[in-house]
Amino acid sequence: MHEMSIAMAVVGQVEEAARAGAASAVRRVELQVGELAGVVPDSLAFCFELACAGTVLEGAELVTRSVTASARCADCAGAWAVGMPPDLCCPVCGRATEVELLTGRELRILNVTWEDAPAADSCREPISEEA
Amino acid sequence: MCRVVDLQQAVLAKNDGAARALRAELASRGTTVVNLLSSPGSGKTALLERELSLARERGVPVAALTADLATENDARRLARSGVPVKQVLTDGLCHLEAPMLGRHLDGWLPEGTRLLFVENVGNLVCPASYDLGEALRVVLASVTEGEDKPLKYPTAFGLAQLVVVTKTDIAEAVEFDEAAFRANVQRVNPGVEVLLTSVRADQGVGLLLDRALAVGSGTRAHAPVMAHQRHEGDHHGHGHGHEHGPGHTHDHDHDHDHDDHDHHGQDHGPGHGRPDPAVAQTR
Ligand SMILES: Nc1nc2c(ncn2[C@@H]2O[C@H](COP(=O)(O)OP(=O)(O)OP(=O)(O)O)[C@@H](O)[C@H]2O)c(=O)[nH]1
Ligand SMILES: [Mg+2]
Ligand SMILES: [Zn+2]
Ligand SMILES: [Zn+2]
Repeated sequence: MHEMSIAMAVVGQVEEAARAGAASAVRRVELQVGELAGVVPDSLAFCFELACAGTVLEGAELVTRSVTASARCADCAGAWAVGMPPDLCCPVCGRATEVELLTGRELRILNVTWEDAPAADSCREPISEEA
Repeated sequence: MCRVVDLQQAVLAKNDGAARALRAELASRGTTVVNLLSSPGSGKTALLERELSLARERGVPVAALTADLATENDARRLARSGVPVKQVLTDGLCHLEAPMLGRHLDGWLPEGTRLLFVENVGNLVCPASYDLGEALRVVLASVTEGEDKPLKYPTAFGLAQLVVVTKTDIAEAVEFDEAAFRANVQRVNPGVEVLLTSVRADQGVGLLLDRALAVGSGTRAHAPVMAHQRHEGDHHGHGHGHEHGPGHTHDHDHDHDHDDHDHHGQDHGPGHGRPDPAVAQTR
């Protein structure tokens, strides 16, 4: 079950960023998951909860934004949702020599919501991340 | 106080980075890695045993590393070929990861090895997401598994640079529909080559070795559509000039570090549509 490995990778990366940003607790993690990323969101959510236990992410909410897989054919300029299971041959010209995947393989952490450590109090608005 | 931090990090960035480094390092040593993926029992070890023996007969320096959850059986079988073999026990992990492979190669992989075959854990789901630094990714399926395997495991088959059908000696008995299988493969991975093999009937034995050697000497491996997602930055006029390998699953996944212009010059996975300096040196 590699959703556990994926969940642990997410937690590890967020932990690192949280440490660098001196966060005291992580509340929410937003993840982008493409249809063709090979990850089952429900299973990931389950593993995420386990992976967060005992870390600065304990109790954090996981929000997954799914991305529909789409492709484009340069031969006839058509674009289509490839579906699941995916069809990567062009539905218009039937060819696949010039097919390009546009979306669907995403697996990335978009943003994280955390509490700043008390020392760095006051609600600083600018959100840009230094690390 | 609560704040939202825009992280924008690929989840598998660490593995992908390690895979790129490993690919470059091995290429500089003249070693080409072949990553073999299939369901449990598809016949990876059986075919590999034959390919390794053949390589030895022909005087081609090869080695094999096999990963399993438990037992050293596969390594014992492969070692009969007489080439260097290493067993990796993954301790419950259902796939190999690049840093792990790198550690196992350290101090073991003999100098001058031209081909390193890696038999991944028998599993068609998880190993598909992890680039191991291979130059050729091979997905195997036996005739007993059903023609719709490619549709049920689109990520695995969609990222394959070579598909190998095994156990064709029993194809008739299980009414394997070769045309349907090929059509399903083409649907998720247009243009990928499909080889038919049987170690029992001696069909197609040696083809895998040939294909691997060809890639090692610079023949471009198949570039799966699924392995090359259009780069987010493409419309800005940068981000071209590199493509990603099948294991390089998440195209835009270098850590963005808020600087999107840093992507050039990185070596990416196999299956490039364009020359990759790191891979091109492979002999
Ligand atoms: N009839 C027939 N049986 C085969 C062939 N190749 C392998 N087998 C049998 O299939 C079974 C599994 O083969 P393995 O080589 O162990 O398969 P594997 O993919 O390495 O299995 P795991 O490492 O456990 O995932 C064994 O009983 C083999 O004898 C073949 O070409 N024809
Ligand atoms: Mg085996
Ligand atoms: Zn798994
Ligand atoms: Zn078209």
